[in-house]
Amino acid sequence: MSIFEVIFQPGWVDTALKIGIIVIKIAIVIGVVMFHVAYATYFERKVIGRMQVRMGPMEVGPHGLLQPVADMLKLFFKEDIIPEKADKPIFYLAPIISLTAAMSALAVVPFYKDFMIANINIGLLFVLAMSALGSYGIVLSGWASNSKYAFLGGLRSSAQVISYEIALGLSLVGVMIMSGSLNLNEIVKAQAAYPTGLYAIPQILGFFVFVVAAIAETNRSPFDLPEAESELVAGYFVEYSGMRFALFYAAEYIGMILMGCIASACYLGGWTVPWYLIKILPFLKYVPGIVWFVGKVYFVIFCYYWIRATLPRYRYDQLMAIGWKLLIPLALLNILITGLLKLIF
Amino acid sequence: MVELFFIYFAIMIVFCSVMVVIGKNPVHSVLWMLVMFFHVAGVYLMLNAEFLAATQIIVYAGAILVLFLFVIMLLNLRDEIVSEHSVDGWPAGLAIALGFLIVSVLSLVGFTVKATGPWSIEEVSRVTHTKALGGVLYTEYLLPFEVASLILLVAIVGAVVLAKKRLKS
Repeated sequence: MSIFEVIFQPGWVDTALKIGIIVIKIAIVIGVVMFHVAYATYFERKVIGRMQVRMGPMEVGPHGLLQPVADMLKLFFKEDIIPEKADKPIFYLAPIISLTAAMSALAVVPFYKDFMIANINIGLLFVLAMSALGSYGIVLSGWASNSKYAFLGGLRSSAQVISYEIALGLSLVGVMIMSGSLNLNEIVKAQAAYPTGLYAIPQILGFFVFVVAAIAETNRSPFDLPEAESELVAGYFVEYSGMRFALFYAAEYIGMILMGCIASACYLGGWTVPWYLIKILPFLKYVPGIVWFVGKVYFVIFCYYWIRATLPRYRYDQLMAIGWKLLIPLALLNILITGLLKLIF
Repeated sequence: MVELFFIYFAIMIVFCSVMVVIGKNPVHSVLWMLVMFFHVAGVYLMLNAEFLAATQIIVYAGAILVLFLFVIMLLNLRDEIVSEHSVDGWPAGLAIALGFLIVSVLSLVGFTVKATGPWSIEEVSRVTHTKALGGVLYTEYLLPFEVASLILLVAIVGAVVLAKKRLKS
């Protein structure tokens, strides 16, 4: 069979249409998320500025609204500096691995009822697998830069990410048990049918572990030891500049948005509203689901900023102790309780 | 179409495995291994074994291989990058490889193309792989499953004991 016959088999229109729809969905999601990444940096500076009784960025555009555009232009035109003794192929590869891992995990997030790029049965496991891949970007960039600061930052970060990945995965097991599914779309649907409407209420222990582990997993303050500027300059990406630095930066913010999406879908009800809220305020049911979803994600991201402005950085041994001696036992306890309750009821 | 994918995965798995062995830089070897793990996960996906594919990546790529990288980086093998081969002792290696070849040829003889048990590919995709695997593991194969977890527990305790011993002395 020639290539021509393969392409023009009966039913190729359907296949082409399916692929076309997926490509359009990918374009929408990437466009929206990259826009959010740009403005997440702006809001971070604004929110933290307000919390510290400052104004935040004010110069570019009204209230500094064009600041992200200016930052992006600057990063585009910066000189791309590569250390002479760096391991070149891995140095080039590391930021790409980071960004790819963060972006591909977005494929399974249900932004609205049945609107997701890939509706797969193992959605949650896919997210965990991609966050496992993301740690390679960090480790490799630290190693390939051939610099002491980057190396130490990379080592710290990989130890941190591996430790907290366990707590993150275990905290989600409670949700998996309650909903009986790994598919994020099904989890939200099961959640809407549940009496409380949110898994955050019965799964309060799991939710706590998830939030702390998610902050550590994305290397955010107060667990931002890999990039502790007072000790390590900037940690694993200290040797990166220009566009490559921007890729790491984007990966970090996409990771944050992703954790917001997972928290929203697994604990806060995704695109649905609890039924009792609709009973009290009936007009709420006319609000489209995407607004709820995005609002919940914004709330989680705001909490990230809030925590960053409030808490000082932990010491490294404290960080490891919290992960292994507090969060993992708590997550296991949560699994035990959830399992027993599921067995009884 | 499925055959095309299988040929691609098979070629890439063999190619990456060879690159792991002949590479002179241990970090590059680990990266080739990472690529290989992803292709093995791809083969699992083609068999409708999506749970196995995800755990393959989470466990092997996310935990074991990162620890490999960790050890290699802490040993700081940069000076040894110039060494001729990353693996020495080819006679023993050849013997082991031949042994594996014989075992795989022997197992190929008893191989049937069709699934023999109740779990054909269609059946697995109907029940979803996670459910099928969980159900079978916790009912039919409960004892071997628990024995395996006990062995892992012994290994964990052993690792803790070894680490503690070094701390004391």
